[in-house]
Amino acid sequence: MTTISGAEILIECWKKEGVEVIFGYPGAATIDIHHHLTTSSLKFVLCRHEQAAVHAAEGYARATGRPGVVLVTSGPGATNTVTGLAGANMDSVPVVVFSGQVSRLLIGNDAFQEVDIVGVTRCVTKHNYLVISTAELAQTVKEAFYVATTGRPGAVLVDLPKDVLSGQAEFSYPQKVFLRAYQPHLTPHRNQVAAVAKLFEQAERPVIYAGGGVIASGAGEELLTLAELLEIPVTLTLMGLGGFPGNHPLFLGMLGMHGLYRANMAVQKADLILAVGARFDDRVTGLLTQFAKEANIIHIDVDTTSIHKNLKVDVPLVADARLALSAILEKLGPTPTYPAATRAKWRQQIEEWDKACPLTYDRADSDGLMKPQFVIEALYRATNGKAVVVTDVGQHQMWAAQFYRYDRPRQFITSGGLGVMGFGLPASIGALIARPQTTVVNITGDGSIMMNIQELATVAQENLPVKVAILNNGTLGMVRQWQDLFYGQRYAATTLGPSPDFTLLAKAFGLKGYVAKTEAEAEAVIALALADPGPSVMDFKVSPRENVFPMVPAGRAIDEMILRPLELP
Amino acid sequence: MELSSEQPKRHTLAILVDNQPGVLARVSALISGRGYNIDSLSVAETLAADLSLITLVTTGTPRIVSQIVKQLRKLINVVKVTDLAEVNYVERQMVMVRVRASDPAQRAEITRLAEIFRAKIIDVSLKTFTLEITGGEEKIRAALTLLADFGLEEQVLTGLTAISRLRNGTNKKN
Repeated sequence: MTTISGAEILIECWKKEGVEVIFGYPGAATIDIHHHLTTSSLKFVLCRHEQAAVHAAEGYARATGRPGVVLVTSGPGATNTVTGLAGANMDSVPVVVFSGQVSRLLIGNDAFQEVDIVGVTRCVTKHNYLVISTAELAQTVKEAFYVATTGRPGAVLVDLPKDVLSGQAEFSYPQKVFLRAYQPHLTPHRNQVAAVAKLFEQAERPVIYAGGGVIASGAGEELLTLAELLEIPVTLTLMGLGGFPGNHPLFLGMLGMHGLYRANMAVQKADLILAVGARFDDRVTGLLTQFAKEANIIHIDVDTTSIHKNLKVDVPLVADARLALSAILEKLGPTPTYPAATRAKWRQQIEEWDKACPLTYDRADSDGLMKPQFVIEALYRATNGKAVVVTDVGQHQMWAAQFYRYDRPRQFITSGGLGVMGFGLPASIGALIARPQTTVVNITGDGSIMMNIQELATVAQENLPVKVAILNNGTLGMVRQWQDLFYGQRYAATTLGPSPDFTLLAKAFGLKGYVAKTEAEAEAVIALALADPGPSVMDFKVSPRENVFPMVPAGRAIDEMILRPLELP
Repeated sequence: MELSSEQPKRHTLAILVDNQPGVLARVSALISGRGYNIDSLSVAETLAADLSLITLVTTGTPRIVSQIVKQLRKLINVVKVTDLAEVNYVERQMVMVRVRASDPAQRAEITRLAEIFRAKIIDVSLKTFTLEITGGEEKIRAALTLLADFGLEEQVLTGLTAISRLRNGTNKKN
């Protein structure tokens, strides 16, 4: 019997899982793993903070659909992953974090760099494990990847005591995993599918409301086929963007708090809503009692707990989004009947809403400064709409969702459910490691970028050609917007200033930095940055007075939108 | 389309789980993390040594409890959850109580009460009796109310435990 160490077993497991890249940060508890990792075929990306390593792994997973893998040390290394785990888990992204732990005999002793990370991360992971023997390591790793990637994907943490890593065991990787208590339900119920198909054939004012589940399950094609077959308008959540082509005539744009007027109106007036891979988040539904009151609601979700959670729906369908949509398509057949004339009228009504209140902004404002929306549009033009856009959280995120039109799944990567400022730069690193040939633009704000600015060092070390576009308005814009609208313009704790000179900062990290104050400069800077094969940081000085519209105030129905800026003194 | 407000009600949940460290913590954290209280709890191994049964009583509206049940089912180590409100079941708990009993009349009366409630006197001192009473919640409450007149020195109550009368009810995990 040949035995190898736990550290070597772990690396063998990763290879069996098809892992190519690991993001992380070393420490005393994981030094054995790194010792063997350097001589393996696997790539290790040294991020400059463990939180960033998890975001990078999430960016990698979001860009590819494959699980992102993280390796951190015990104690602070492990606690720093909490925000990343929570974000990935909330957005249903498969991420597996391996954390070092003190030796088994020291657990519970308040040892140096000891923390009960399984306890800490219990409610921010889909599941987590403490490995208690070297012999059980391979089985646990297999389970961890299985749980992270199946059903509703999520974050999993595996805690590895140092002596489990240095201990010896025979390596055999399990072929299959069977968890008695975990068997995701993927195939749709036939009767429910028939009920859905019938509703579709009868509906006069149908709308499809699709979310991140469409991207996670790879249901983009099925969604497009279904929408075109029955001429059904489609609206997407923030997480769903890219799941349906952004320039398609049936596309309504994003819905919800900063959704397009036509999208929100269509949902409110629809007589049938198909929610697929979406979870009726409060940022989408607004006041629940007033949400889509005229509609029958069908809800397809792989997560049973999402069904009836916020809203009681008429036809629940617990299934994988892609399998459910294909079953519906099969049931409908190639030439389904539906009231085409009333549907044409419905689309005409939607068009009228759009004409009345199109998505727009005022390019020339009183302060004479460049508008942030203009920068997004310029980026869209310069990248031919093909870039992978990674955002942080705030106003820039909403403008990136509204003004850049995404053609394909996995083209838009953002922190949705948890809304993590500081997500963008590290997630861009992950996306670029996964897709080195793609243009990756990190649209960010002067607030968000500072939350993981140290990752510019990782960018420099890996020479990753990320294009960081900072919409610099000198404020924490989204909170300031609430202060503008609901707090009497008292800008408490939202003024940033002076922010660092981002051009100089980029140079300090060995990167190219550009600044633009006018529209012409912005276009020139974007052209320069995109033409350059390396990384760059673009600092766009934009109007601090600009806010995101439409806006549904918290606690209001989604057709009660504020459409235009208030006249502020 | 929204769910109307519903009245909170006590629910006894029978939760079959993997007999592993940390599973009880996952279950209790899930309930407390949503701001709900666990009114009663008992845990022990089942006939299968690799499984434990958690019997847990909590109070909530049907919608909340159904959400808790679904979330519990989502935990990787939870094998089966039965909301016993939906099936026919028998529940029991046990109390041990030390009652003041110094004069002979009192001692006779308490002994008589113990017989009526089929309680056991498990410890005796010159001034006290200690009783063990097993039964449903109402029986225990009735016994304690009567004994309270004599003066209760201390009482300890176990969690409630329950068993379904059906071999197969609506007890499936999925």
